[in-house]
Amino acid sequence: MSSILELRQVSKTYGEGATSVHALRSVDLVVAPGELVAIMGPSGSGKSSLLTIAGSLEEPTSGEVLVAGASLSEMSRKDKARLRRRSIGFVFQDFNLLSGLTALENVAMPLELDGMNGREARNHAMTALTDLGVAERAAHYPDDLSGGERQRVAIARAVVGERRLVLADEPTGALDSTNSEAVMRLLREICSRGAAGVVVTHEARLASWANRVVFLRDGRLVDQTGKPEGPESLLTSGPRARP
Amino acid sequence: MSVRHALLALLSAGPKYGLQLRHEFEARTGEVWPLNVGQVYTTLQRLERDGLVTSDGAEDGPQKGYSITTAGAHALSNWLLTPPEVAQPPRDELLIKVLVAVQVPGVEVHDVIQVHRRHLVELMQTYTTVKANAPEDDVPLALVVDSELFRIEAAVRWLDAAEDRFRRFPVVRNEPVSHEPAAKPVKANPARRVPTSRLGALS
Repeated sequence: MSSILELRQVSKTYGEGATSVHALRSVDLVVAPGELVAIMGPSGSGKSSLLTIAGSLEEPTSGEVLVAGASLSEMSRKDKARLRRRSIGFVFQDFNLLSGLTALENVAMPLELDGMNGREARNHAMTALTDLGVAERAAHYPDDLSGGERQRVAIARAVVGERRLVLADEPTGALDSTNSEAVMRLLREICSRGAAGVVVTHEARLASWANRVVFLRDGRLVDQTGKPEGPESLLTSGPRARP
Repeated sequence: MSVRHALLALLSAGPKYGLQLRHEFEARTGEVWPLNVGQVYTTLQRLERDGLVTSDGAEDGPQKGYSITTAGAHALSNWLLTPPEVAQPPRDELLIKVLVAVQVPGVEVHDVIQVHRRHLVELMQTYTTVKANAPEDDVPLALVVDSELFRIEAAVRWLDAAEDRFRRFPVVRNEPVSHEPAAKPVKANPARRVPTSRLGALS
């Protein structure tokens, strides 16, 4: 399979007639396994619409979305819900952890909802928390965790099990600079192990952790970065090499 | 930061040989600050001439030993506590290009802004790759890379702000020079016209 996420000519219009808003216009986007893509654009450019449509939380007005080769338009609501539980992980700015559940229970929840028995789900959850460096916080409730720890738990929930697509909407918005970087470093690592990631951000410093940055303007994908140059390019003489 | 003060800082921890200074300089500033060998030795010669370091009198080169003097320690301390010159930043080529783009017929300023934005984000990706490939606890390297990233990010944010301003207050372009008689003069809002005379002040 060459892509985990594919958007073909996706458009989204809210409302009708003179008051209608074109959130997305004929967007084509392919995200391959192992790739982290950042979506940059000003407020109202369609970033969040793109993410919710890619995650099957919303339907496009026209066009097609494929996740792991399967077209969302051909799936029933039940199939889409299963796809979200099994294959797609979401990370939000405000974490969206359930305050009445421990970190471990929050991470295990999508697996249990999918029918996995509790013990097995908690084992998978513990592995994910360990990978994200917050295993020792497993028994704590979200209110007892720092912002950085909460987002690590939220990322663990997004990648637990066999998730292949991670969608993150301004995942560092509530975090300081160091924790923001830690989150982007983790997302990059997760993708380098074979998942595909799409992260929406308006901050270039965070977008620069992605393998590719695409730019949205007025619902259109107007530009994207090329293959990043290797660090050796920084060693050439020029304005960047300042003695 | 000058090489001069970086060398004084290294010597403030104790006497060192030229070669040792060069290696420590590279280790502390990461790969992203290339420095040629000659630059280290000529800077040391100047520091000695100015009385800020003393040498063991050996022949110039890697085996010559250096120590910081009291005057050198004072100079280092003064430099650390002196705010850098930020009141009058250097002329910004990006600013001039965007202002000029507004005036050039057939050029869409949003396209010019996007070309520069993409280039800067690509550069940031390259710097971030340096950081991503290094251990998380390599603080000196992270500091050097962060410094570049924040500097470039400031330019990206300025481009974002510029684009937003042009969106809200589209600039009325000066009419292109033509030998044909103008059909009818366009009355522009003077407040939204970028006077070319102001560009003169920047160049």
